[in-house]
Amino acid sequence: MSIKHGLLALLERGPMHGYQLRAAFEESTGGTWPLNIGQVYTTLSRLERDELVRPLPRSEEGQRPHEITDAGRAELASWFATPVGRTDRPRDELAIKLALALTTPGVDVRAVVQAQRSATMRTLQEYTRLKARADQPADLAWRLVLDAMLFQAEAEVRWLDHCEASLVRYSPPPLRVPREAPDTATEASRQ
Amino acid sequence: MSILELHDVHRVHGSGATAVHALRGVSLTVEEGELVAVMGPSGSGKSTLLNLAGGLDRPTRGEVVVEGTALGACSRPALAALRRRRVGYVFQDLNLLTSLTAAENVALPLELDGVGVRQTRRLALAALAEVDLGGYGPRFPDELSGGQQQRVAIARALIGQRRLLLADEPTGALDSQTGEAVLRLLRARVDAGAAGVLVTHEARHAAWADRVVFLRDGAIVDTSGPLDQPDELLPTPGGGR
Repeated sequence: MSIKHGLLALLERGPMHGYQLRAAFEESTGGTWPLNIGQVYTTLSRLERDELVRPLPRSEEGQRPHEITDAGRAELASWFATPVGRTDRPRDELAIKLALALTTPGVDVRAVVQAQRSATMRTLQEYTRLKARADQPADLAWRLVLDAMLFQAEAEVRWLDHCEASLVRYSPPPLRVPREAPDTATEASRQ
Repeated sequence: MSILELHDVHRVHGSGATAVHALRGVSLTVEEGELVAVMGPSGSGKSTLLNLAGGLDRPTRGEVVVEGTALGACSRPALAALRRRRVGYVFQDLNLLTSLTAAENVALPLELDGVGVRQTRRLALAALAEVDLGGYGPRFPDELSGGQQQRVAIARALIGQRRLLLADEPTGALDSQTGEAVLRLLRARVDAGAAGVLVTHEARHAAWADRVVFLRDGAIVDTSGPLDQPDELLPTPGGGR
């Protein structure tokens, strides 16, 4: 997700200046994604350059609000209509860690799985606690952000359960260390 | 105060070569105001633990104590009375009697216990109101939705002076919203001074508990309590989540 589209979405409600945008952004993400005012102004000037927003005359307090343009609205509509691709997200360090744990001699993979599951479970408990506090209708946006984090954490626990179950039936093959040329080692591991 | 204590509890089904060790030395204490979730794969001993905690089964070795009463020392009638008066059960299959109304289902444990009809009825309606089913007393189970039936089962589990609440997959086949409402209810009752044990395989549901205990092959392999600083978990500024 980009700050750019976040700001466009907020400006669709009506013209706002930098500080208003920052406050509205944080409010709609329940404070999970704090912005600094510099990020807001940098983004606004890029949006202005691309003619997605335009500046309005300064107010009496000296604030300069921006409003969304038709091009900005089209950009926003296209953003909402486009699914977020999974490949845009960072590599999953945990999956890589477990894969390495499985192939590194002397590592207790079950302990790695267990430690991670405990940690993720604690995270889930805390998200749930935050969610239990957010029970007003006005908290819906924040609750949905929390739900996203909850479901992701839950998926991780389920995957870790799956890993644990798979490990029960797993006995590691003898590890082969390449001693000579890498080609020979690759050949050997195929046999 | 501890409402439930399990001391080195073992449960073996059968004997000899075919003996199945359902629990192997489980110790667990649940305090007043505490909800403990039990997670683990099928066959890990979750339901056995719950049955022992509620006096529905006796351990092969070790001791189960409910509100200061050691269940092993109880006669059969004393155990039955303790189950009726002090322990509330919510099971996945709700065990609502289809020929009784919601209010009659909720009132049943008190009636079995010899409480007067008028008082029983008053308490049953109050318990239904507490689970947001005020006015549903005269309905029969098949006139209620799955979520409403589950709430009737919870009202029945909570009626009277019960302080130990045992729930086995209470969100069963409910959709996520209804399931969450059931958990909020459990949580609220525990916060109001009961103690709860929640068996579930769903991490999102277990997360309503204060502590999560992981069982494997009849033994506790791990326990996770909550962190002190929830705000530390939130994504950092500019982070890509």
